[in-house]
Amino acid sequence: MKEFEPKIIAFCCQYCAYAAADLAGSMRLKYAPNIRIVLVPCTGRIDVIHILRAVENGADGVLVAGCLEGGCHFVEGNFKAKNRVRYVKNLLGRIGIEEERVEMFNLSSAEGPRFAEIANEMTERIKTLGPSPLRREG
Amino acid sequence: MIIAEMKPIEEILDMIRDYQKILVVGCKGCVAVCSTGGPKEVSVLASLIRIARKKEGRDIVIDEESLDRQCEPEFVDLAGDKVADADAVLSLACGAGVQMLAERFQDKVILPGCNTTFLGVTEELGVWSERCAGCGNCILDKTAGLCPIARCSKQLLNGPCGGSMNGKCEISKDVDCVWQLIIDRLTRLNRLEMLEEIFPVKDWSPAGHGGPRKMVREDLKT
Repeated sequence: MKEFEPKIIAFCCQYCAYAAADLAGSMRLKYAPNIRIVLVPCTGRIDVIHILRAVENGADGVLVAGCLEGGCHFVEGNFKAKNRVRYVKNLLGRIGIEEERVEMFNLSSAEGPRFAEIANEMTERIKTLGPSPLRREG
Repeated sequence: MIIAEMKPIEEILDMIRDYQKILVVGCKGCVAVCSTGGPKEVSVLASLIRIARKKEGRDIVIDEESLDRQCEPEFVDLAGDKVADADAVLSLACGAGVQMLAERFQDKVILPGCNTTFLGVTEELGVWSERCAGCGNCILDKTAGLCPIARCSKQLLNGPCGGSMNGKCEISKDVDCVWQLIIDRLTRLNRLEMLEEIFPVKDWSPAGHGGPRKMVREDLKT
């Protein structure tokens, strides 16, 4: 049987995670190819509905990657994202979707290797959880 | 404004269990301001329901609508076509909005997605608190603009009681004693003598204890 390859949507802030992903590429780092990056101007732009739509449309996992706490270009966008991610996790948990499928990470634009690590970590986590229940039974 | 909060999602899912096609209707009035029932929350709830139902393997068709005010027939009637298409309508408005839908669409199942909680203010983003109990006989002129009916746990008119400690109410250290606030404010206003006036027993009939309330303005009626 073909091994399960998760689809993970990564909302990446242009000031940190997106640049870190770029750096990971420049450094020729290998990481799990399961991540689909969506560039956002700041993780503060991510709303609850964006994460839910990703899940609804079949994403096995969603990661939101913003600047290190205290380092947001827009001062507190990443804190807003942190609260919203926590809110979505709770909502999903209550309807029987594993909360671990959604996660927030913080890193700086200089952390190419950390981006690769996050991609691998999230991919492994989702592989352990298995496909989204929406895909499994849909 | 009227403050409401979304019902637990489990309760909503149970309510709509037997329906395959629903309309979620929000309101752009009070419930939008308190981030419970505006267009954004309608989308979030619709998505959440679709996820839950898809997980159960029982897909559901959800239409979305947000009305300018769900408590006025003119606006409610605008949703007529969408309501007609749905098996049931889930309203994210306050109780008044839900009932207006039920009145205008007599043959349709109308369900509440929110619990209407109180009349209040925004303290800060994400925090709302009660200020008015709609008692029908405002006494704010005598209480320094702070309402003991809505904000005193005992609704005392001649407070404070013995449960006021360090400015807090005995029910919780997070609840201010409104009578302490009234005294502090009257002191600042140099009007402390106002406290010498004793409130008589309150007539609660305008507060709804005399039956459902209604207001008529003859000059506006057509």
